[in-house]
Amino acid sequence: MRYAETGYNLEVDLSRGNIERVASDPRETELYLGGLGTNAKILWDRVPPEVEPFSPDNLLIFAAGLLCGTPATGCNRTIVSTISPQTELMAFSMMGGFWAPELKYAGYDKVILSGKSPELVYLWIYNDTVEIRDASHLQGKGAVETAELIQKELNEPKAQVSAIGLAGENRVLYASIEQGRSSASRGGIGAVMGDKRVKAVAVRGTRDINVAKPLEYMEQCTEVLEFIKWREDNPIPGVIPILAVLGSPQEMAIHDEQWHTENFMWGNARERRKGFWNEDIESRWTETMENVRTRLISCYNCPLKCGATINVPGLNTYMMKCFSKLTYTMAAYADLDFGFRIAQRATEYGLDAYSTPQVMAFALELYENGILTDDDLPGLPEDNEDRFFWLLDRIVLREGIGDVLAKGTYWAAKEIGKGADEYAHNTIKKIEQLPLKLSMLNPIYFLMYCTGEKINITQIEGQFPQAPFPKPEHREKFVKDWFQVPDDRFKQYFLDWEPRGEYSNPYYPTPEMCCDIVDWQEKMHYIDDALGMCAGLSSFHLKPPYHIHNFPKFIEYGAGIPMDEATLSKAAKRYRTLVRAVNIRRGMRRKDERPPEDHWKKRFPELEKELLDTYYQYKGWNDQGIPTCDTLRDLSLDYVAEDFLQRGVLTDTEEAPGRETGQETDADEG
Amino acid sequence: MTDAKQTKTVKTIKINADLCNGCRACEVVCSAFHAEPKYSSNNPARSRVRVIRDPLRDLYVPVYAGEPAGAECAGRDKYIIDGKEYDECAFCRAACPSRDLFKEPDSGLPLRCDMCEGEDEPLCVKWCITDALTLEEREEEAEEQEEPEELEFGLESLANKFGWEKMQDALARMAQRE
Repeated sequence: MRYAETGYNLEVDLSRGNIERVASDPRETELYLGGLGTNAKILWDRVPPEVEPFSPDNLLIFAAGLLCGTPATGCNRTIVSTISPQTELMAFSMMGGFWAPELKYAGYDKVILSGKSPELVYLWIYNDTVEIRDASHLQGKGAVETAELIQKELNEPKAQVSAIGLAGENRVLYASIEQGRSSASRGGIGAVMGDKRVKAVAVRGTRDINVAKPLEYMEQCTEVLEFIKWREDNPIPGVIPILAVLGSPQEMAIHDEQWHTENFMWGNARERRKGFWNEDIESRWTETMENVRTRLISCYNCPLKCGATINVPGLNTYMMKCFSKLTYTMAAYADLDFGFRIAQRATEYGLDAYSTPQVMAFALELYENGILTDDDLPGLPEDNEDRFFWLLDRIVLREGIGDVLAKGTYWAAKEIGKGADEYAHNTIKKIEQLPLKLSMLNPIYFLMYCTGEKINITQIEGQFPQAPFPKPEHREKFVKDWFQVPDDRFKQYFLDWEPRGEYSNPYYPTPEMCCDIVDWQEKMHYIDDALGMCAGLSSFHLKPPYHIHNFPKFIEYGAGIPMDEATLSKAAKRYRTLVRAVNIRRGMRRKDERPPEDHWKKRFPELEKELLDTYYQYKGWNDQGIPTCDTLRDLSLDYVAEDFLQRGVLTDTEEAPGRETGQETDADEG
Repeated sequence: MTDAKQTKTVKTIKINADLCNGCRACEVVCSAFHAEPKYSSNNPARSRVRVIRDPLRDLYVPVYAGEPAGAECAGRDKYIIDGKEYDECAFCRAACPSRDLFKEPDSGLPLRCDMCEGEDEPLCVKWCITDALTLEEREEEAEEQEEPEELEFGLESLANKFGWEKMQDALARMAQRE
């Protein structure tokens, strides 16, 4: 018997209309866990680097994490993996909600879509009954609307639906997949779904998911739930509101937006508005929020209410979570009320709420600077807010300039020319980043921005405080109950970290310590992405309920795979390296691994080089960021090593020497 | 028996639908608790509490499985409360032929909430840390009535099937073996 997982994937060839239920190999679960891990293996095996994102040969994989469907609180993530049309690298955006557990109960761990349907279709999965159904009547419908229509026509209110809107259908490169209160937004996976002519995947399941050691597993689950409760009552002092409490994060519940509005940039990631937040704005925005927010809501099996039902008078109801609350508002220099109104339309269209507002602000900046003219924007309204709505429609309909802007700032700037790339200033690996522009280089963040392959800072940061605490006594207090650290040396790194002076950014933490810290932070995200765990209860947070010490027990008692911290760390390193291998094979190199030039005002080229060199060595990668043959073989990724040698990606002489990982370093570097 | 006044403990699960976040943790833990062996599997379709949810209309009603009904109701009710329209049968606790709620997915046999017998409190209440589900206990005076117990019901039906004599013999044999 298979535990936690079902042991079956659903293979759907859309070109031929063929559906098969295929048993997966339990040894692959041991090596790559599940979710992202096994997705990476499938993409490595079946999508060679020549395959274009919009090719029938590209795969679109919907995976439930290994522990989804078990009682582990907050374990509900669907990991959607494909080759991104925006980056042409591997995308592995995730969504919460209710879809992944439902897929497990239907009897599958993954749905693997290949080929391309001749007509617009949707997939209906109800236990053993799987149908490809006509979706011509859903063409052009909103993502939220589509989910409702499908539930109605199937007469299945309990069906969970992942759908694209018009943006996905029209292959906007930053189109999302929407699912109730959740979405898989980054990297344009909604465009791949649209390219495959799949409007939605609906699922309902009534089967059992088994766990290997029931009593032991339940004990772990109960412990986590009790810790969550305790953490709710005991927020972490001295950090910004969204980091004080658990959640993904709790943007719908929190009204104090001083930190976001004064530290993040407005417009096209341009202007920091210090002193913006005042009592008047706080009371107006609180009122706006409370007027539109019907209820705080959660994902499957989670008490944290990170999402909300949003009801703007005159518009259809939709659901929102996280930072999409502010991205449109800040891009347009508008009020929160505008943010809620435009997000309603954008959610129905199915768009990434990080990229979309920046693309629009970018377009208007080009217009203000004469690079785009009235000829390019015929009919552009006078009013600022109207302009954003107008641009949103043009992009999704791919009309006129909208057809170019639908490619995102990086590709659009290339196509527009006339110096437009100066304005596409906030991308990493061609994806729009959070609009942050800071002063002093933070060496930990430098490494995360450079090397994060999920290409969003929130998907690699966490665990370790974002900034040093000013007073030693606060640091002492913080480390006292910090049992989540993999090793006590991390406490020392933090204790010694000062806001200024010898032990401050950018030279402290030292490059060696930074490697250690970044590796830990990244590892926890990769574990979440394989298990299907929400980062808001785990990797994103300080002192989370799930950590490196209890995850092995969850895997062992849940999935029945013997596990300890070392084995888990190695498995996570294995599929993390495999993600990199997929990208390296597609041409990613050191030159691609850099933050936007203007991310920090104070830059340190020599130190930055040293940081990246040290990190590559720490990871067992050569100076181009390519995992060496030794590293690959040590992780049982011999097949990757052979492929790299055959393709000439690696030669014997190109291999950099390996280095012991996790080695302690002196803390006396100035 | 006399007709003396007695007290009994009434356990009530108080459902505050306004506090429900729609996460279905109650369904999760219910199905795990009632699995054989305990906690060995998970399947909300087997849960004895289900959250009737329709997020876009802001409908959240956790409903518990009660006595099954043999037939559909002749008439059904729709409720409108605070402008929100609740589906017919939304508040009904019965497994019945008109819907798939509260039936074992494999056998179709009806499910019934047993308040998690043997636990301090029903696990749905314990796992609902948003407090949409809370437990209230109160003492209530009640006329002591001689109610036939479950055991008696069972014995009576066995006697009907096999006859009194056969059953008495069987009981005697079993008593000797004990």
